[in-house]
Amino acid sequence: MDSLFSHFNYVVVIILMMTGLHVVFASRNMIKKLVGLAVFQTSVFLFYITLAKIASGQPPILEKDPNSKTGYDDHSAFIEPVQLAASGDVYVLPGQGSELIYSNPLPHVLILTAIVVGVATLAIGLALTVRIREVYGTIEMDAVEAQDFEYNLEGIER
Amino acid sequence: MAPLFASWLADHGAAFAIALPLLAAAITALLPKVRRLPWAVALLVSAIVTIAAYAVLQTQVDLGSFIYRMGGWEPPHGISLKIDAVNAPILLLIAAMGLMTLVYSAPSVEAEVQTKKRAPFYAAFLLCMAGLCGMVVTGDAFNVFVFLEVSSISTYTLVAMGANRDRRALSAAFNYLILGSIGATFFVIGVGFLYAETGTLNMDDMQRILANLDGGSRVAQVAFGFIVVGLGLKLAMFPLHTWLPGAYAYSPTMVTVFLSSTATKAALYLMYRFSFNVFDPSFDYVAVVLTYIVTALAVTGMIFCSLQAFFQTDIRRTLAFSSVAQVGYMLLGIGLISMSGLAGSYLHLINHAVVKGGLFLALGAMWYRFGIVRLDDMAGLAKTMPITTAAFTILAFSLIGVPFTAGFVSKVALAEAAAEQGWWWAVGVIMITSIIALFYMGRMMMMAYFRDPPMVDGVAVKRNEAPPLMLIPMVGLALLSIMIGARGHVLLTEISENAARVLIPGGGL
Repeated sequence: MDSLFSHFNYVVVIILMMTGLHVVFASRNMIKKLVGLAVFQTSVFLFYITLAKIASGQPPILEKDPNSKTGYDDHSAFIEPVQLAASGDVYVLPGQGSELIYSNPLPHVLILTAIVVGVATLAIGLALTVRIREVYGTIEMDAVEAQDFEYNLEGIER
Repeated sequence: MAPLFASWLADHGAAFAIALPLLAAAITALLPKVRRLPWAVALLVSAIVTIAAYAVLQTQVDLGSFIYRMGGWEPPHGISLKIDAVNAPILLLIAAMGLMTLVYSAPSVEAEVQTKKRAPFYAAFLLCMAGLCGMVVTGDAFNVFVFLEVSSISTYTLVAMGANRDRRALSAAFNYLILGSIGATFFVIGVGFLYAETGTLNMDDMQRILANLDGGSRVAQVAFGFIVVGLGLKLAMFPLHTWLPGAYAYSPTMVTVFLSSTATKAALYLMYRFSFNVFDPSFDYVAVVLTYIVTALAVTGMIFCSLQAFFQTDIRRTLAFSSVAQVGYMLLGIGLISMSGLAGSYLHLINHAVVKGGLFLALGAMWYRFGIVRLDDMAGLAKTMPITTAAFTILAFSLIGVPFTAGFVSKVALAEAAAEQGWWWAVGVIMITSIIALFYMGRMMMMAYFRDPPMVDGVAVKRNEAPPLMLIPMVGLALLSIMIGARGHVLLTEISENAARVLIPGGGL
């Protein structure tokens, strides 16, 4: 039970993921399928964000430290210089041993991309549904398949 | 000017092959509706991309593997493109097949897509090409997902464009969208788990960190499971292939050609990359998944889909099911986990792209002239479209695996690899499915050669050959398949062995 609460986000991710997948496969209505797909994809966004969150971590913004040579937070025991810009300028970053704890910014950035991808997929899916409604007069998969089946049979008789 | 451009391409070719079609897609979409202008632009772009891909391959041959740093950022923090013996030939394959398809598309798209939709159509095609090139060359796991989605989303629209000819394209595109998105999402979940485990997205870095885990990490195991299922959906691994027949059968012919020869191949390349370079078959769980699950599904798919191909009345569906069976051959090569198995699989990948692309080209030409979609329609084609039928015959022989054609070389390589491992049953399955292929392709040949052309209004249908723009790529691919079978396989075998050497540095289990 404890592990259930300490991994609360992951529990939510799993529930959302399974709900989404179930809706995609179980429903025969195209809009409902797309809703399921959106829920499924959203669960992945939450999964990535959860990975990035560190308990009591602050937003990943460099803090200025007037005492430091670099002008930035220098609490770190992080020795290796890290390249921050394509120009090759080298700064010292807070890292292991630092008093400041940052959340990992990278997954957030990745998920921004994934959200855009999700929106694009959903838009195409909805556009296709509109076209299917125009052509077939229905958005139920079963009805569409039945019409396709008849169409195939006509093709054989021709 | 020319040598300067060549040396520039040698340095930046890989990035250029992604950036150019991406930029050109935006321009193409806005082009005025002048006759054939979008086509000409797309053709020019794909020709330049092919040259760039060739320059990249040359550089790779000279240097071995090399890394291109996007924007000058050092890996592992920056995004890098990694070119080695595995992906350089596939990049050229994708670019060259894109060029072939575009040469062919001028007449076929005019028949299938309305004038006002042609500019966006070619824009989507260029986007798809950019996505596939990006998937193949990138060395960053999340980047793979982004390019996978760029190519997939443009493919959904391309498939749906077939609605002008056959309304079933719409429901096929919808199915593909649902399954393709689930596949890509599974893949990105797998990458998320990998990131959680290794803290990096660079594939070389992942490999290094995973190797230090002794293959014991639970998180990495879960990641591998998700990635295999996700890529399995994309490459049409047997029970996950249900989107493929519809998407191949009802999309515009040039889209079918391009998809069948590149899209599943790029996904298969990722399967090689993730099973052998990021993960490693020396980890128990990877070896178990590849030997028992992937091989079992591959073999089931080969038999089951060959039979399904036999029972189709629509020729394009026959060939689509045959594609799933051929993907089974390539997966079988992966499942062997040996140098020779991988080399055979890689060789079959290249050969199948050439052969299936050519077959769909020929079918598209038959549809263009006579509206042929069903087996019975093929009656007397040898008299009405002799050149197309000749090319179709050569490619069909190559698909079956008749000696002195491309298919024979790679099927023998795969069978030898299986025999080396002592998997005689796998050799048997390769034989049996080839015989089934002989039946379903032979049926079409019988129709084309031994029946008379149908009568229309009491007059036999006259000879009406496909336009030259269609014939050139078709005959080119047919000749290529013979050349591979006769002499060229020496070169191709070397390429595929080099690729296998990069994938399994230690020589397998």
